Amino acid sequence: MQKRFTNGKTGLIPLEVSGLSYHADDRPLLDALDVRISSADRTVIMGPNGAGKSLFLRIIHGLIAPGAGDVRWGGRAMSDDVRRRQAMVFQRPVLLRRSVAGNMDFALSLRGAIDEEKRDALIERVGLGNARDQPARTLSGGEQQRLALARALALEPEVLMLDEPTANLDPASVLMIEEIVNEAHHAGAKIIFVTHDLSQARRLGDEIIFMHRGKILEQTQGDVFFKAPQSQAARDFIEGRIVT
Amino acid sequence: MQDFGNALELAIRLVASGDSDLMEIIALSLRVSLTALLVSAILGFSIGALVATSTFKGRGAIKILLSALMGLPPVVVGLIVYIFLSNAGPLGWTQLLYTPTAMIIAQTLLITPIIGALSTQVIEDIYLEYKDFFTSLAMSRRAVAGALLWDGRYSLLTVALAGFGRAIAEVGAIIIVGGNINHLTRVMTTAIALETSKGDLALAMALGLILIVVSLAINASVIALNLTAKRYAYA
Repeated sequence: MQKRFTNGKTGLIPLEVSGLSYHADDRPLLDALDVRISSADRTVIMGPNGAGKSLFLRIIHGLIAPGAGDVRWGGRAMSDDVRRRQAMVFQRPVLLRRSVAGNMDFALSLRGAIDEEKRDALIERVGLGNARDQPARTLSGGEQQRLALARALALEPEVLMLDEPTANLDPASVLMIEEIVNEAHHAGAKIIFVTHDLSQARRLGDEIIFMHRGKILEQTQGDVFFKAPQSQAARDFIEGRIVT
Repeated sequence: MQDFGNALELAIRLVASGDSDLMEIIALSLRVSLTALLVSAILGFSIGALVATSTFKGRGAIKILLSALMGLPPVVVGLIVYIFLSNAGPLGWTQLLYTPTAMIIAQTLLITPIIGALSTQVIEDIYLEYKDFFTSLAMSRRAVAGALLWDGRYSLLTVALAGFGRAIAEVGAIIIVGGNINHLTRVMTTAIALETSKGDLALAMALGLILIVVSLAINASVIALNLTAKRYAYA
């Protein structure tokens, strides 16, 4: 049974994508994608490297204009207003040349006044309570990504998108990031999580979208997907065979 | 003609005694160059932020133009400002020729392209890194420019110091539009030029010593800024 949004907050769902294509030098990186994401569940987009997952995420968030096709959030085309209700965590965290608290304040100030209590609670939550005044770019990789996540959550997004946020991170940071993502989900945020890590997809994927070579091959419930994948590429991927 | 040792001794005595003429010249030098720096920084940083974050047509041409203007010969700038401000010129009615304001205008023209070109590069590099994040936040252009200027603060301060170094050491432009008038438009570099030609090496050398100290201080500040920025990973 799929969860539905009950708090009336996420008017951005469903996400409807139709005929989405993106070419680079005539090479199709995304090939006429049609997809509808309508549940409040955690959606995991997975697939091998080069499948087009990150590109897809960037296009639906409006960071890149598609070559063709249409993206609608709750029936609306992408606009600044729609984008302000979303937040994105990048694979390589983009941290400002400021302190940990300064990075948080920057995000908070864009959405109104700086609430120091809320800021400090978020910093504490991601385990950076002792590093509040430390220059953000001197943090370790895992700490940087946790700060990026806290900063994204400070925006109180209705849709939280994460682009392979835990690739190359230490296990403790991976665990903490997954926990916080789950908390955000319970608080009512729609999660769209891109990963090529199979076990992570099992842990987080209420719904799985499996991509391969710029196409969406499957979109099913997570338990269904891992038990009975429909496509050969997905079967190979799950069984750990190299998918090219 | 004094010998070198004699001149140096006199120079040090002048500096140590806080000679009023000397102090007046130093004060005017700093006033002119710092004012020019302030105006150039406002203009140059604005140009930098605008060019670095825009995609308009002719952007490349502006960048090339700025770079080309970085090497403007001071005497030519002086000549152009002179023509505009002279009684027969289009701005003759302002009566600004041979005033500190004219010198400020000349130095501003001289260093704005330097600050503009260098800050465009600085801001462009940071913007490239932040662009996706800023787009994701749906920030206004004003907010983007503000954030980039703040995050580039260490590098931009270095840029400003480079501009100041050029202004304070420059003689060609200000001697033409200022005229090196005693107690009115005489600054360190023009005084050195005059005193040397008169053979009064003591004052020239005293001013020269100050200029060298200023120049060393600028370079030391640049190095200190870079080290601080690196330590904080803000570079």
